[in-house]
Amino acid sequence: MEQILIAVVSVVVIGIICAAMLVIASKLMAVKEDERFPVIRECLPGANCGACGFAGCDGYAKALCESSDTPTNLCVPGADAVSKQLSEILGVEFADVVEQVAVVHCAGDCSKTQDKVDYKGIESCKAAKLMYGGKGSCTYGCLGLGDCMKACPQDAICIVDGVARVNQRACIGCGICTKTCPNHLISLVADVEKVVVTCSNKDKGALTRKVCTNGCIGCKKCERVCPQGAIKVVDNVAVIDYEKCTDCPDFGVCAKNCTTKCIMISDLSGMHRV
Amino acid sequence: MTKLIIILLSAVFINNYVLSKFLGICPFLGVSKKLDSATGMSLAVIFVMLIATAVTWPIQTFLLTPNDMGYLQTIVFILVIAALVQLVEIVLKKYMPALHKSLGVYLPLITTNCAVLGVTILNIDEGYSFVESMVNSLGSGLGFFLAMVMFSGVRSTIEGSDIPESFKGLPVTLIAASITSLSFMGFGGVIENLFA
Repeated sequence: MEQILIAVVSVVVIGIICAAMLVIASKLMAVKEDERFPVIRECLPGANCGACGFAGCDGYAKALCESSDTPTNLCVPGADAVSKQLSEILGVEFADVVEQVAVVHCAGDCSKTQDKVDYKGIESCKAAKLMYGGKGSCTYGCLGLGDCMKACPQDAICIVDGVARVNQRACIGCGICTKTCPNHLISLVADVEKVVVTCSNKDKGALTRKVCTNGCIGCKKCERVCPQGAIKVVDNVAVIDYEKCTDCPDFGVCAKNCTTKCIMISDLSGMHRV
Repeated sequence: MTKLIIILLSAVFINNYVLSKFLGICPFLGVSKKLDSATGMSLAVIFVMLIATAVTWPIQTFLLTPNDMGYLQTIVFILVIAALVQLVEIVLKKYMPALHKSLGVYLPLITTNCAVLGVTILNIDEGYSFVESMVNSLGSGLGFFLAMVMFSGVRSTIEGSDIPESFKGLPVTLIAASITSLSFMGFGGVIENLFA
């Protein structure tokens, strides 16, 4: 009986000593944390995508706490709802979030272009790119091995007929895929109905035409028909300046007039040829 | 002196806690994906092993053994180590924020890690003196460090290679771990003979 008593008492005493030590230590050495931090962190979606430019949601929440200059509209996946909550907590004016989606600037699928080699290597665009610029005859286009698909946190990208397609309804605009694509084919644009150039081939027209019937041949027809002057052909490929491409009086005229139909209209349901 | 060197080297290589004694497998498989997190975790383990031994050895020698309470060893050690790690975390957070930032996330993970508890109990079982216990803990920590860093290298190589679909993820990691462990069996008997 005495044995048990001694054992119980000594364990209890050790426990109490440890507990007391911890309580005193946590009181004495408490580090002040901004009480807004957990509230702000709770508002953010927690995808840790880095679209805001900080290291994950924790980083953004910390920056918001520490400096009042940090804009509240940086969280693209959270969109307006999060921005509204953040501005309420921090007591600043609500700033609209420009929702963005990823678009792929290549539409050279199996029917438009061909493989030049039979690739049997590692299933990764990065690896394939090292081998003579990939298996496709166009070295600028989508490699089709799905690095972006694997990187996408929302499973919004799939490979259809050898080309990456973005499901714009699922896309949260985090921009991770834009950094993964070894050919830099993916970019973020505002999530409204818009025109997109679906080619990135910088070769001269004749060469481009030879490898892909969807390719931009740099004919500059779109440059001429664009009422806003928003399209410029740079390095033999049309580039749309989305700051100018707004409120177009003749929306889709560039897509209609495109010789190879590589300018497409993109909305939430996907890319459409005109 | 020779005994201390033998204890240190055999703790690192022959009786490697992860690869020979199979203690601390969860952080070994869980945190070895990246080199920097593997390093952070191992440094935290070395640190905790040392302070845990420094505290549990006196408790065993001056409290449990004289009072015939050796059977309380496990529960008392767990209690003390857990409280101690928490205390260290609080202190680090206050006075060394930089160190807390690099070790902080791993500290709560190893409060009752089997490698940490294992090293304290084995020190008692082997009948080591206080200095020998500390040296053994340091060696065990370094051995853990070695295993983690080596294995994170192995894993990053695996990541880049073309693995059959059914082996992807955990299966290939376990196979790699077993091969790494086998390679450590080669150290058996080496250290003792060095000083014989």
